[in-house]
Amino acid sequence: MKLVTPDFGLVIWMTLTFLTVLFLLSKFAWKPILKMISEREKTIEDALLSAEKAKEEMAKLTANNELLIKEAQAERDALLKMARDTKDQIINEARDKASKEAERLIEVARETINNERQKAITELKNQVATLSLDVAEKLIRKELSSDGKQRELAESLIADAKLN
Amino acid sequence: MAQIFCSNAIFKTMRIFILSVFLLSTFNLVASEEVEAATEIAENHSEAGHSKSFDPGHMITEHIADAHDWHLWGHTHVPLPVILYTEKGVEVFSSSNFRNHESHNLQPYVGKHYTYILEDEVVHVLNNGEVDHSVSILDLSITKNIVTIFFVFLLMLYIFISVARAYKKNPGKAPRGLQSFMEPLIIFVRDDIAKPNIGKKYERFMPYLLTVFFFIWIANLLGLVPVLPGGANLTGNIAITLTLAAFTFVITTINGNKHYWGHIFAMPGVPAWVLIILTPIEILGVFLRPFVLMIRLFANITAGHIIALAFFSLIFIFGNGGESVGAGLGVGIASWAFTVFMMFLELLVAFLQAFVFTLLSAVYIGSAVEEAHHDSHGEHHPEAETQMIV
Repeated sequence: MKLVTPDFGLVIWMTLTFLTVLFLLSKFAWKPILKMISEREKTIEDALLSAEKAKEEMAKLTANNELLIKEAQAERDALLKMARDTKDQIINEARDKASKEAERLIEVARETINNERQKAITELKNQVATLSLDVAEKLIRKELSSDGKQRELAESLIADAKLN
Repeated sequence: MAQIFCSNAIFKTMRIFILSVFLLSTFNLVASEEVEAATEIAENHSEAGHSKSFDPGHMITEHIADAHDWHLWGHTHVPLPVILYTEKGVEVFSSSNFRNHESHNLQPYVGKHYTYILEDEVVHVLNNGEVDHSVSILDLSITKNIVTIFFVFLLMLYIFISVARAYKKNPGKAPRGLQSFMEPLIIFVRDDIAKPNIGKKYERFMPYLLTVFFFIWIANLLGLVPVLPGGANLTGNIAITLTLAAFTFVITTINGNKHYWGHIFAMPGVPAWVLIILTPIEILGVFLRPFVLMIRLFANITAGHIIALAFFSLIFIFGNGGESVGAGLGVGIASWAFTVFMMFLELLVAFLQAFVFTLLSAVYIGSAVEEAHHDSHGEHHPEAETQMIV
């Protein structure tokens, strides 16, 4: 039964060496190793967390950017529309003004033309009258160049006057 | 105690696990022992002329026991220091003094205080040619097993201090070399043994669990190595497993909280008359747990060595001391094939036994430091507890 009888010397040596090694290992090996491992695990976890965070922030930023772009686009569209409206308005106004001016000018021209025409007609009339008088004078002079004719005229005149 | 095992899943896994460990132990074989056995047997053969027939029983017992010198081959022994603490004082001398240089047989040694003789690796005092049992001596010799203990511990110090240095050298970086081999094991002990079984306070017990785990594992593996640093049956020695189990017992007892002792002396929620039966069982359980821890490791490794040596002895029994070489050769080839297979199994068992010892230590420590959680009180699993102890 030597096999199952613990040898006292062995127990003593084992205890002494085990305790010494336990002390040495825990001081110089286990504690630093475990500390380093858990520190590294923490670092990795932190890194993963921050990466996740960065990703989220990125997504947020992208969404924000899109919103900004959309807003900018909307603003640009609004501005363009306003500009177009203003342009149209200006053009319309100008057109109105121009047409009015043209009308006015046409009116003025028409009036002037009328006046000129009246003037011309009057002058023409005067000239025609003068010419007619000249013609009549010449004709009369010719008609009345002989005495007989003068008498005849005088007689007709008298006849007319009598009739009246 | 009982509450820890309330979880059926844990309990089931444990049962299957323990069962498989026992099954494995049945097939335990140690190749190194076979190689050593071969040299031993060869030695016996050379001495055949001296009409020394092969005695497997004696050979096996010699191989699994501790020794005062390190037997290498034939008559070559590495002498080791013998340290004796007697009533008259301390004596230190070489173990080679116990061996006659001519005949290689054991002989008495005349020391300063007494005359000593080595009998079955036990040092006795010789008085007028008779063993005197009245003189008590304390044998503190550096035996084969103690040399192996020193070797294992020096190896551990070297390995883990250099690993720790590697961590300091490049903090926060990926592990390299030896560091990357040891890190998963350290994390395994931490995450699969300490954390789930001890709970929040696991950190305090990590140094102990890691030291025990690597000591048993390296010692088991060294047992597989047939040449000098290996070959000693360290974890199959009851003194070693006794010391290790005693450490677990001391740690459990020192750290036992009110909840732990309360459950031993007065299990809450149990009628008084049941306590009369239960309390002695619980008190017995306190001592039974480290006892079983001691027996399990010892029996697994020793049984493995014995079976291996027995199988190997078959070759020489069939060989009939060189008379029927054919039969010996035939059995030898079968034995060799079996050894290759068993060597792989043994590698697994070496790890498994280290794991089981550390795991159960963690479970026991966990039960001592566990805080009361009232939800599961009054619900006990005595069966689970028995399973755990066995």
